[in-house]
Amino acid sequence: MNLPQVADAMQTLFLRGPSVTLRMIILVILSIILMTADHRWQHLDTVRNTLSYLLFPVEYVVDLPIRLYYWGQQNMSSHQTLLRENRDLKDLQLQSRVQLQKLDILEKENERLRQLLSATPKTPEDHLIAEIVSVDVDPYRHFIVLNKGAKDRVYKGQPIIDAHGVMGQIVYVNALTSTAMLISDVSHAIPVQIDRTGLRSVAFGAGQTDYLDLRHIPHNADIRVGDKLISSGLGERFPRNYPVATITNIDRDTGETFIDVRALPMAQLDTSREVLLVWTENHQQILTGMEQIEEASDQGTAETADDDTAQQESTETVDGRE
Amino acid sequence: MVASNFKAAGLTIFVAFTLTIMPLPDWAIEFRPDWVTLVVIYWAMAMPARTGVTLAWLAGLMLDVSHGAILGQNALGLVLVIYIVHIQHQRLRVASLLQQAIVIFFLLLLKQLIVLWVSGIVGHAPHTWLFFMPCVTGAILWPWIYIIVRDIHRKCGYSAPY
Repeated sequence: MNLPQVADAMQTLFLRGPSVTLRMIILVILSIILMTADHRWQHLDTVRNTLSYLLFPVEYVVDLPIRLYYWGQQNMSSHQTLLRENRDLKDLQLQSRVQLQKLDILEKENERLRQLLSATPKTPEDHLIAEIVSVDVDPYRHFIVLNKGAKDRVYKGQPIIDAHGVMGQIVYVNALTSTAMLISDVSHAIPVQIDRTGLRSVAFGAGQTDYLDLRHIPHNADIRVGDKLISSGLGERFPRNYPVATITNIDRDTGETFIDVRALPMAQLDTSREVLLVWTENHQQILTGMEQIEEASDQGTAETADDDTAQQESTETVDGRE
Repeated sequence: MVASNFKAAGLTIFVAFTLTIMPLPDWAIEFRPDWVTLVVIYWAMAMPARTGVTLAWLAGLMLDVSHGAILGQNALGLVLVIYIVHIQHQRLRVASLLQQAIVIFFLLLLKQLIVLWVSGIVGHAPHTWLFFMPCVTGAILWPWIYIIVRDIHRKCGYSAPY
């Protein structure tokens, strides 16, 4: 045995004992602090963002063959197929145009009526198409990864929809990608309303892509199988009047306090490849409004009866501090 | 040689992450072994002086980010598992592949239990026994993973007697 080997053996024999245990204890405490901070205060977005840069090449490598497949499919498709597709799309566009004409008139009429009622006008929306990156995340959560991130102005809590209905909302925004939670995740809930009767409820995710749970609906509620659920816009996160689900199953067990209602999501949660990110015009107002309320409660002025004065006071204190 | 060792470790961990987020058909999702944990266990066994709990913690954090889980959940599990591997690595090395696989099963079970415990506290624990399936598939696949990673390790200039 020569000297370097002895030194190596000694290193493995003597230099690990206490230091590894100490490091383990420090890291365990650090993990617990991280989990508490992440769960209680959600202030770890920068940490997550930094780590996601390291993960981006992995996601890119995994998504690459699938992207190549789609790219190849587009390039290899024959002249005939393209012609047929083109004709079909033209037909579809014509049909959509005809429907849009009617919608245009209806929208104008709606606007006039709203003006007559002096109600708040409907806010315009902005859209962006995002592609789902083909990576699997936790099998017990319903998360998807999108190829649009902070550089495309994606924000936390932003609603996403597909061609058929509401899909979910953004939960983590990274620089180049973002993670969205689907409406079927166990920790997701979306305020809805039945478009036939206007009955409001909240649709909870059940961890299954094929149904949502509607809780706290009384026995005498007017609700039928086949009723359409639309987003009610309460909670100010999802835009109003987007289709969410169709009621498929009502279980009226008289022994229970509430009836058990299940609804099938309209959006194709597990087959869509492209989704639409929605910017509601008032999301900036909501964000600033929330900040103002937080300011006000920090200053202890939230108790004042008049909202306007509370806001004024809070802005004044902000100005004063600056 | 040290640099090439780290190159081998980096490469195998990268591949493990790729396998972790690679899309699988719906029926196979629950059976996906915990690739990252298995590979990190190998490195903790093979190079205990150089790779240890800190690497495990970082890999665990990356797993949390890739799963969209609460930060620290997988990191905590991996640190504890790797700590056990680290203090027992001399016994594990001389054990047969079958014996190793049995130990690996219990180590993976410990990690899944920690992850389950944390998800329970946060409020979305999965209600199915399939949650423990990765422990079984991981233990079954261990001999092959061990041999493949060891071969990569040797290709990168490592020549140990075992």
